[in-house]
Amino acid sequence: MEQLVYKKPDSIRDDFKITFCPGCDHGIAVRLVAEVLDELSVREKTIGIASVGCSVFSYDFFNVDIVEAAHGRSLAVATGVKRSKPDKVVFTYQGDGDLASIGLGETIHAMTRGEKVTTICINNTTYGMTGGQAGPTTLIGQVTTTTTKGRDPQLSGYPLKVCEILKEVDGTAFVARVTLDSPAAILNAKKCIKKAFEAQIKGLGTGFIEILATCPTNWKMTPQQAHERVRGEMSEVFKPGIYKDRVSEAI
Amino acid sequence: MKKEKELLKGNYAIAQAAVEAGCQSYFGYPITPQSEIGEYLSTKMPELGRAFVAAESEVAAINMLLGAGSTGVKAMTSSSSCAVALMQEGLSFIAGDEIPCVLVSVMRAGPGLGYIYASQGDYFQATKGGGNGDYKIVTFAPASVQECIDLTYKCFYVSQKYRTPVCLLADGMLGQMMEPAVVGKYPYEEIDQSSWALTGADNREPRHIASIEREEETLRKRVVKIFEKYNQILKNENLFEKYETEGAKIVITAFGSIARIAKAAVKMARKNGLKVGLFRPILLNPFPEKIVQEIAQKVDGILDIELNCGQMLQDIKASIAGVVAIPIKFYGRPAGVMMTVEEIYEQIENVYKEIIEKKYGTACI
Repeated sequence: MEQLVYKKPDSIRDDFKITFCPGCDHGIAVRLVAEVLDELSVREKTIGIASVGCSVFSYDFFNVDIVEAAHGRSLAVATGVKRSKPDKVVFTYQGDGDLASIGLGETIHAMTRGEKVTTICINNTTYGMTGGQAGPTTLIGQVTTTTTKGRDPQLSGYPLKVCEILKEVDGTAFVARVTLDSPAAILNAKKCIKKAFEAQIKGLGTGFIEILATCPTNWKMTPQQAHERVRGEMSEVFKPGIYKDRVSEAI
Repeated sequence: MKKEKELLKGNYAIAQAAVEAGCQSYFGYPITPQSEIGEYLSTKMPELGRAFVAAESEVAAINMLLGAGSTGVKAMTSSSSCAVALMQEGLSFIAGDEIPCVLVSVMRAGPGLGYIYASQGDYFQATKGGGNGDYKIVTFAPASVQECIDLTYKCFYVSQKYRTPVCLLADGMLGQMMEPAVVGKYPYEEIDQSSWALTGADNREPRHIASIEREEETLRKRVVKIFEKYNQILKNENLFEKYETEGAKIVITAFGSIARIAKAAVKMARKNGLKVGLFRPILLNPFPEKIVQEIAQKVDGILDIELNCGQMLQDIKASIAGVVAIPIKFYGRPAGVMMTVEEIYEQIENVYKEIIEKKYGTACI
């Protein structure tokens, strides 16, 4: 007898096109967000914000209404959508360059206002789509196309830790940093993503998830090596964990 | 019951008209000389269950506007000069995305911070824009507090009908001055936005709104389609004022606040026997080239008057180039003291003498 072991979530398009490189964690992250939208039964009232970066083609895979934002402006666009349609579920899906560099102002202020939206940030310590330049999250010593001798803090500063900042922002209701480097980590990531959506659905404030994700292409690593890097040096600097949880407190 | 006229400040008139027009969402950041718009709406919008967000910057405000507009609601922001400069990227996206929304731009004098004097230095900013790519921002310019109201209505209507961003281009004088006006009922039909707006994919296929387009041919077609809309807007929504242009030998071209003063100077000139008229475009972008050509073919010269160093002047020149060769004179003042009626009259007299006497040997024809 046949046994159904995996089903594509309804929140992933039937004709989805993968625009990500092999071994990239974006695919897992997208699937987890889609599974959460299904489980919360909110697909039909969800509006997503696609940001500039590898996530710009979000409408190619998410089976929900999507509006594109200019680079860094996703949380401003999300604010406009949510304030105009407060009964909708609104989420942004952004990279670390988009959120933590060019869009840090919009990020902090939207969360200061406690916008009832959910933000998923993919942190891969580089500008992936443009070919692997150094970004705000690039690790000290990391070699990129613009830090060819490794990031030197005297020249280009230190990695920016957004969870540590956003947990202090009063309008956030759930803040967590997760990884996707093992089945257990993926299950934990999904639980956290669900809480980040519950934060807005329950009207508690902004839900924020930072996902430490691989970029094998620009890191010039195999997928296995890339996950080892996430587990190793990335997790040492960007410590995974739940930084703030008003969702559980509210239950 | 017909509403009575009341003494209204331009900025409050615009804000009240936005409410009356059914604006559901407003986003803004304070900047003189338009801050009263946000102040008024900060109280009024929540009272009506509508959205008011004090944005952290104009960059955020214009992108909030993009988000709100993408859901099909009537949405507006207001700002001025150096802050409208910050919105240019967002305006390009909004135009490319074909999102309806309204930008109120109350010009101050520039460049840079400049000051809060009345100025028309942002004609280029409004009509040529600083955003990237092929697009226009449809622009209407009021010349009175009543027109601030009527054109705010028009801006919402045109934006919703054609799915395009529309700018109301006022200036510090209009924003700050008080005169009798009436905030009447919104006179236009409501345009159904349900066929495209993002409302959640409930019993329908998901929709997406994005300016990014990988296919060359699709991108080209989109830009061509957007420009076809501008042609339709010029054809169907054009507004202008012609005053004493019949039989005029010289026509003054002016827009917005300075056109009122120019009109008074034209009246004075007519009283003194000078055959002078006024053409005031109200729709500035797309520019009404054909009407300018028609006028130019019947006169001996044009005197363009602006509170800048000659911006609309370029559109006047471009409109008649190759059609008719008549002298185009310019009198402008970039910032500071407003021109007086007498000052403009003096310019009219000088230009009249120079052009008409040279041509006919006498100013009395």
